[in-house]
Amino acid sequence: MSFIDADKRKFFNEVKEKSGQPIELCYQCQKCASGCIATGFADYYPNEIIRLVQLGQKERVLSSSSIWICSSCETCGVRCPNGINTAEVMDTLKEMAIAAGMVKEKNINLFHNTFLNSVRSYGRVYEMGMMVTYKIKSGDMFSDIPVGMEMFRKGKMPVLPHRIKAIGKIKDIFNNTTR
Amino acid sequence: MKLSYYPGCSLKATAKEYDMSAQDACQALGIELVELKDWVCCGATSAHSTNHLLSVALPSRNVALAQEAGMDLAIPCSACYSRVKKADYVLRNNDDMRQEIEKIVDFKYNGSSNVVSLLEVVSQLDIKAIKEKVQKPLKGLKVVCFYGCLLVRPPQITRFDNTENPMSMDKIVQALGAETIQWSYKTDCCGANLGLTSTNVVQGMVKRLIDAAKEVEAMAIVTACPLCQSNLEMRREERGTDLPTFYFTELIGLALDLPATKKWFNLHLVNPNPLLQSLSLAD
Repeated sequence: MSFIDADKRKFFNEVKEKSGQPIELCYQCQKCASGCIATGFADYYPNEIIRLVQLGQKERVLSSSSIWICSSCETCGVRCPNGINTAEVMDTLKEMAIAAGMVKEKNINLFHNTFLNSVRSYGRVYEMGMMVTYKIKSGDMFSDIPVGMEMFRKGKMPVLPHRIKAIGKIKDIFNNTTR
Repeated sequence: MKLSYYPGCSLKATAKEYDMSAQDACQALGIELVELKDWVCCGATSAHSTNHLLSVALPSRNVALAQEAGMDLAIPCSACYSRVKKADYVLRNNDDMRQEIEKIVDFKYNGSSNVVSLLEVVSQLDIKAIKEKVQKPLKGLKVVCFYGCLLVRPPQITRFDNTENPMSMDKIVQALGAETIQWSYKTDCCGANLGLTSTNVVQGMVKRLIDAAKEVEAMAIVTACPLCQSNLEMRREERGTDLPTFYFTELIGLALDLPATKKWFNLHLVNPNPLLQSLSLAD
């Protein structure tokens, strides 16, 4: 793709390189959007996100809801006639939005951080601790209490975490992958 | 057949009945599962959404453990399967990434252990042999099979079943004596991990699926994924006893008349006992 504006070129190239996807090939057939189950809850169709990347629209893309509401079901990528795995592009954009401090769906990112902190501490997710921490930090404390209690009563929410033996190895993996 | 078994975090908590039924069903079908020692979380959606390198490195630790154990690795949870399978694909096909991951995870990849989903393992058994083991045919039970996203996508990595119209689970459930109804939502998404953060999104996605299953007059939904199962039961509009969601391993247990089935069903959020009693499949 050619651009007059250097920033737009830089943004396009960065997304293309990090995602490894042939974004320039999209010709807006909208097959991705037709099969996307998240469109009713998002601000852009998947093909619009790809178009905005083609046009170097960094701010509009990185501050969109769509990149976070995408559940990575990968229907779009499988059906794309040009072999663009859009879910990979969405992941790249989320990572770039975090780096640029432009996260629109703050609670979803908070959930990811809470989840990964739990994995970093124990090697596995400690569901009860993770959920309580997320609920407190997000301020959405009461919405799932009845169903949470039901799970607890059924023994599906272990009270104590399970810490794996090789936790040092997991800490190394986290430290060596965080740049 | 002997395989390493990676249950994943959900199966040790919110999806306990999947773990229990998977182990019992496999034992009854002659598949020996050996839990992978000291396995770690696959990182799930949270890793791949925020840190690509971590999302390959974390599950690679499990690939390393499976390699050490010397057997193929069977994974019941679709989400864990997808993450570990993708990591294995990268290790197998991308030299630069493999070298980087080998350094981070501190192991040498040799590709000797294949990553397979538990559904794939069971579907590759001789269907006749499964039929012969059935003690209590699931007569009268009409279900829709829900494969979800991650078992069949992307096909170049999963290399399993048909991407748009998979039939592996349908065939197993049919062998157990139940009727599977064909519907257009087999590989749609349940909303996955958005359940906690964006409940309205998942409620919308689940409503579509529940409505569609009711439209084709299914009595129950069958899945192979703890996220699908819990969203389908937890995030529906009204939680009565209509349209319970089973793990395919639970139906195997029921048809083979395994003793622990009752215990699994009592853990469900949507009680499946009234449906099973109405068909004389439970007391």
